[in-house]
Formats: sequence, C-alpha cells, structure tokens
Amino acid sequence: MNKEVFIFTPGAKKNIAILAITGLVLVILGIILMMLGGGHAETAGAAHEISGHDFHWSQRLYTDLWINNIYFIGLGLIGIFFFAVQYAAQAGWSAPLLRIPLAFGYWLPYAFVVLVIVFILANFTGHWHLFHWLDQSLYAETLSDGSANPHYDPIIAGKRPFLNLGFYTIRTIIFFVVWIGFFIVMKKEHYAEDVDGKISHWKRLITMSAIFIIFFALSSAVASWDWVMSIDTHWYSTIFGWYIFASWFVSGLAAITLMVTFLRENGYLPMINENHLHDLGKYVFAFSIFWTYIWFSQFMLIYYANIPEESVYFVERLSSDIYAPVFYLNFMINFFFPFLVLMTRDAKRHGVFLKIVCIVVLFGHWLDFYLMVTPGALQENGGFGFLEIGTIMIYLAAFLFIILNGLSKSALVPKNHPMMQESLYHHI
Amino acid sequence: MMERNKNFIIGVYSDPDQVKNAAKAIIKSGIRIHEVYTPFPIHGIEDVLGYKKTRLPIVAFLFGVTGTFLALFMQVWMLGIDWPMIIGGKDHIALPAFIPVTFELTVLLSALGMVGTFMVISDLKPYKKLRLMDIRITDDKHVIAIDIAANSMRVKDIQSVLKDSGADEINEKNFE
Repeated sequence: MNKEVFIFTPGAKKNIAILAITGLVLVILGIILMMLGGGHAETAGAAHEISGHDFHWSQRLYTDLWINNIYFIGLGLIGIFFFAVQYAAQAGWSAPLLRIPLAFGYWLPYAFVVLVIVFILANFTGHWHLFHWLDQSLYAETLSDGSANPHYDPIIAGKRPFLNLGFYTIRTIIFFVVWIGFFIVMKKEHYAEDVDGKISHWKRLITMSAIFIIFFALSSAVASWDWVMSIDTHWYSTIFGWYIFASWFVSGLAAITLMVTFLRENGYLPMINENHLHDLGKYVFAFSIFWTYIWFSQFMLIYYANIPEESVYFVERLSSDIYAPVFYLNFMINFFFPFLVLMTRDAKRHGVFLKIVCIVVLFGHWLDFYLMVTPGALQENGGFGFLEIGTIMIYLAAFLFIILNGLSKSALVPKNHPMMQESLYHHI
Repeated sequence: MMERNKNFIIGVYSDPDQVKNAAKAIIKSGIRIHEVYTPFPIHGIEDVLGYKKTRLPIVAFLFGVTGTFLALFMQVWMLGIDWPMIIGGKDHIALPAFIPVTFELTVLLSALGMVGTFMVISDLKPYKKLRLMDIRITDDKHVIAIDIAANSMRVKDIQSVLKDSGADEINEKNFE
C-alpha cells in the first residue's frame, strides 16, 4: 500500500458519517426535549415573566452553531498560521508535517458560507438578535412622534461608527477573502516545490508567511471583537483579541498534534518520530500556559479594578448556576490538566498522553468559547446538553471530512523541501 | 567529579561525528570511558555513553511547588491573619490578587533551586581548581578520556584502540 498519499478510505468516511448522523440525532433529541419543555419549562417561563422576552429553542441552536463556527474557523486559521510561522522562522523540524496544518485551511471557504447563513438565521429571522447591537430600536434618541425613545442606548449608539451592519459585513468579507487568498497562494507555492524543486519557492514562502502573520495578527483581533466580544455589546476588554488568539492557537495546536498522531498510527508519516512529537507536545504545553496567562490577566485586572461595567461580565458567569461550574471546569481542564500531565519529557514523547491531553484541551477550549458566547447571548436560558454535543459532532464531522478530503489530494510529505534532511535528523 | 592522583589516557579528535563513532567503537571493545569533553554539545553522545536521564526537572518541580506554597502561605498569613487589611474592598484573603506573587516566587525558587542543585551535583564551587584534560577542548578539539585505573586492559591496548578509532593524538594526562 502506498503510504505517501493519504487515502481517505470508505471506512473512515463511514465513521465520519456516523459521527454526523449521531450529532444530528442528538440535535433533534435536544430540540424535542426543549419543545416539550423538559427541565427548561420553568426556567423559560420564569425568564418570560422577568425579561418579557420569549425564549425559543432556536435561539439556543443558533448560539451553539455560532460557537462552533468561531471555534472551527479558528482551527482552520491556526492551521495556516502554524504553516506560516514555520516558514517565517525557517524551521527545519516541522518540514514533513507542514501539509497537515495547511490542509486545515480547506475548511475556511465552507466556514464562510456557514458563517453567513448562521449570522442571518441568528439575527434576522425573529425579533431576537444574537448581536444585541443589531437591534435598530437602540439608536434613535427620540421616536418619530418626538417623545424620548425608551430603548435608546447611548453606549451602543456611540459604538455605531464601528458596529454597524455595513462595516461589519465588509470587515468579515475582507478577512475571509484575504485569508483564503493567502491559503490558496501559499498552498500553490508550497506544492510547486514538489515539481521543480527550486529554492525560490521556499524563499518566496518566507516573505508571504511574514505578510500573512502581520495580517493575521490584526485581522484575528478585529474578528474576535466582531464575532465574539460584540455579543456582550456594552462590555469590552482590551486583551480580548489576544485571548481569542490564545484559545484558537492552543486548540489548533492540539488538533494538529492529534492529526499527526492519528496519521502516524495509520502508517503514514514514517519519518515523524518521538522527537517531532516532543516538539508538538511542547507547543501544546507552552500555549496552554500562554492561554492561562492571558485568561488570568483579563480576569484579574477586572477583578481587582472592580469597575461595574467591566466586572458585570464575570458576575454574569460566576453567579449563574449554569455557567459557574463550566467556568471552573474550563480553568481546570485547560490549565491544570495539560500543565501537570504534559510536564515531563516522557509524557510529551509518548503518543498516549499526548492524545489524551489534546482531546481534553480541544474540548476545553470549546467550553472556553461557549463561556464567551452563551452567557451574553442567552443569559439565563443557556444550558449544556444534547444540543451542544450534537452540534459539536456535526461540525467536527464536516471539518474532518473536508480537511481529510483535502489532505488526500496529493502527497503527504513535501518532496523537495530544503529543510527535509534536517528534520529527518531532528533530535532533542 | 574528579578524584586526585589519577592517570588518564586521552584521545584527541577534531570532528564531532568522528568522536561519536569513536566512543561507540571504544565502548564496544570493552573499555570504560571516563568522560568525553567537547567544546559544544554533540547530539546523541549521551545515548552512546549510556548516561542516565537527568533528574534535574524533578528538583525544579519540587522547588517550584515549595515556592507556590511558600508564597500562598506568606500572603494568606500576612494579609489575611496577622495584619488583616481591607484593600480595594476585597476580602482579606483575595486569592486572585495573590496569584502574581505566587507565580513569581514559584519561578524564582524553581530557577534558583535548579541552579543551586546543578552547582552542587556538578561540584562547581568558588576557588575550585580547574582540571583540564586538554586546553584545546575549550576551542576546537574533542577529547575522550579513559581512566587507566578503571580498566583492566593494558595501557598499550587502550592506546591502540584509540588509534584505530581515528584519534589525531593520544596523550597521557596525570593530575597531581
């Protein structure tokens, strides 16, 4: 069997289909349970009385879809970012595994389409808006009859030059066009090296990567304000761009590591040995700590300054029966677990520990995004159940199908990469 | 650690790969190598010499844990028990506010403890008399040192093994 090209076997496709169908069943089950009001009837009823807003199960579905969108866009983006970082740093060790993170980028065009659909569904199909600032009644100081507008919100009105639908749409489109453009151009340049083996491809990729990293640094920060932070429209945090990046990066690294171990177990990538795994493990270990650092920086400054309009963000999460357990769990499994398990050299060099940690970290950072989005979007109507697990499974199946399909198109390992020899003798 | 009054046979090499292969050949012929001295780290030489993995990380961890608890104890006791003060309307024991100090002390004790332990186990101390097998190991030569007393083989045989392994020079070194 030729192990140079990844073969997307019917068996693997079947497993992914099973994953997707199970997810769909869980989603339907979750919806039925919510329609019957199982467990949530009282909460929803109470919410209705208090806030005067109708809670419909579709709101929770759209919120979950949005979380998954952001999360998986992150994985796709980090794939390209990791690829670019390796080139910009002229790294040698990663040469044989470069195409795995690059393949994550295949997800982005699909992600864009889904993002647009979910954005429309979540904001324009009912009176509910996932993004509070899309509520047009907030902006006018006076109503048409000259009386004061009871819904007028001076803070949100002040953010209008930035947070308005037109500019928002333009930003999102620009980001995706540039990201996908870089993905296509870099992929082409990278694969062209296989054919003619010229060093110029490698040199040009270094330049492209450097430009991409700069654009990524700016765009990922702005995207995080747009897609996540603006859900809590009144609230802002200046470290938020870094926070989202850290969460994306560590989950992307875990996904890359998991993918590499998975391919290795199936007999691909014979040149990847425990030294390469060690480096990937160090990445996951280090950036779990980096995420914790950013997360804590945000939390502690807000905690210590105790300014009401800032601390409301954490009050919402910590005083809620639904979110407080997730809040602590998030910190436990995203910091203590990888920190203590991956601390030793041996744990990073053996696939089993690495795999367990990567799976936990991937789930943990999904919870991180859940905590960023749900409390702001659903307030007391949120929850964690079949609907959340089901939507994760559907997205995961789609993501895996698309990137594995992309990966199977050409050789797994670059043929003429100038650093290949160095990587074969990589030793740490 | 070097003991006093020892006689060594040293082979001098100029190429890092050569010294690695030479060490393999010497060990294969049944000679115990005292130590290999190189001007820069040679990857994989520790595997050839059969060195055990360093336990320094365990030391670092233990010192780090000590730092964590010391820092927490210090702050909780000072600000929470011995002289409670209200700062910024927080509880006396405001755990999140204690974390930066805890982090710093963890890192500090971990680093200092590791350096100190390393100096002790490597016998690095002030006024230590330097014993160089060959002055050129600080420049561009690699040296394999063999302790004569630790080997039952005759000096002549050891010398011929060193010669076969590709040594540029074979010298003897005596420390008073």
